[in-house]
Amino acid sequence: MSTLKSYIKTFALWELWQGLSVTFRNFFRKPVTVYYPEEKTPQSHRFRGLHALRRYPNGEERCIACKLCEAVCPALAITIESAVGDDGTRRTTRYDIDLFKCIYCGFCEEACPVDAIVETRLHEYHMEKPGENIMTKDKLLAVGDRYDAMIAADKAADAKYR
Amino acid sequence: MKALIPQFLVDFWNGLPQAVQTVTISTTQILVVTVGVILTVAFSTYFERKVIGFMQGRIGPNRVGWRGLLQPFADVIKLLIKEVIVPTRSNRFLFVIAPLLSIVPALATWAVVPLHPEFVIADINAGLLYVLALTSVGVYGVILAGWATNSKYAFLGAMRSAAQIVAYEIAMGFALVGVLMAGGSLNLGDIVEAQAGGVSQWFLIPLLPLFLVYWISGVAETNRAPFDVAEGESEIVAGFHVEYSGVAFAVFFLAEYANMVLISALTAIFFLGGWASPFEGWSFLGEGSFLREPHFFWLAAKIAFFMFTFFWLRATFPRYRYDQIMRLGWKVFIPVTIIWIVVEGIMAWMQIGPWSGLAG
Repeated sequence: MSTLKSYIKTFALWELWQGLSVTFRNFFRKPVTVYYPEEKTPQSHRFRGLHALRRYPNGEERCIACKLCEAVCPALAITIESAVGDDGTRRTTRYDIDLFKCIYCGFCEEACPVDAIVETRLHEYHMEKPGENIMTKDKLLAVGDRYDAMIAADKAADAKYR
Repeated sequence: MKALIPQFLVDFWNGLPQAVQTVTISTTQILVVTVGVILTVAFSTYFERKVIGFMQGRIGPNRVGWRGLLQPFADVIKLLIKEVIVPTRSNRFLFVIAPLLSIVPALATWAVVPLHPEFVIADINAGLLYVLALTSVGVYGVILAGWATNSKYAFLGAMRSAAQIVAYEIAMGFALVGVLMAGGSLNLGDIVEAQAGGVSQWFLIPLLPLFLVYWISGVAETNRAPFDVAEGESEIVAGFHVEYSGVAFAVFFLAEYANMVLISALTAIFFLGGWASPFEGWSFLGEGSFLREPHFFWLAAKIAFFMFTFFWLRATFPRYRYDQIMRLGWKVFIPVTIIWIVVEGIMAWMQIGPWSGLAG
């Protein structure tokens, strides 16, 4: 009996019709497409994108060249050299992040005792020439200066969870 | 209409020799049908991307022209200005003529397809044989392309395609024997005439198993999903047309879609009454309502429905495994068609159904 039933089902293309009905119902579903450059999906304030080095409000660099970020970086993407600065404090002379090595884990940000290195929510950046993947200290500080308000707002939004 | 054409043109036309008139008329008809088919192909690529897109919750092309309607032309222009690369170790001559060998049968078959009660390019009596012969020639393009490319992937694609088309050609032929018995003619126009008189007279109902076999074999013949092992982009890159680029690739593409439109048209003609209206004899539509008249419109609607089904199948089913394709073709479809032909024969002997006239 069950053999006969399975034969009838096979020749009536029963399972094929079931499959077809699924796609046919989906045909009338509203597309879920986001029209990307015009529309964007919501982003978390914890998004880990392009890096930035921050300054204190008086313009002084936050980074004290403690090299904790360099030590914690699992991808060895950070290279730091330090020296005594003009005012006698310990400062970085070189702070490079290789974006090709970086895995955007956010450990550098976690490790930083002075909130100097941060990962911003910027993710739409690109490189045109070889070598541009190295974010030097100047470039990192420039990103920090330019998006300071955004970074501060994201940090403030996250502060109560820390 | 007459008044629109100036008298001197009419005189000029009437003054031409008979042969010139015939050639001119035929050429015009061929051009109209070919350009129509090519435009249909162009827009069916757009239609396919839209349909599959919607079925997958996407929107499909929407950037070129209103709602992406000019996308096919953008694609064609892109392909036309691309370089045609001929691999060094390939057989250059075969490599170049292979796309032509696949496009020519796909377009030439349209000569016997009756598009309208009064319009068919060549009203020949052995139309069905012509169709069978030309659709079989199409596989040469695929095999030659795979062989001439001198690449393992292309060769595998060609081998798969050859075996698959041979297997399904037989089932298709047997399915058409059933149509032939029901229609009592090899002329496609006569087959359509035999289905006149509304949906109940269409061969779809008495020949339902043959219809399913023919349609599924048609999908397999055109190497479309779920029978697209000849291309199998996830296994053998693109099968027989891996090394083709630019215009040569465009011609293969055109041939594939022209074959799809052709199979849709043939299925409509053999099983759904071609240009016959589904509302024939529905008196409440009013006397002389255009909906009840046979017209090209109905054939176009049926072709569109089958094209949609092609895309629907592609969006639904995963690719068949190769041995499953062979099993389905040889061990399911061929027995089914043979059994149904026997059933038809018995019914003809008992004077039941559209083939009852055969027994006398």
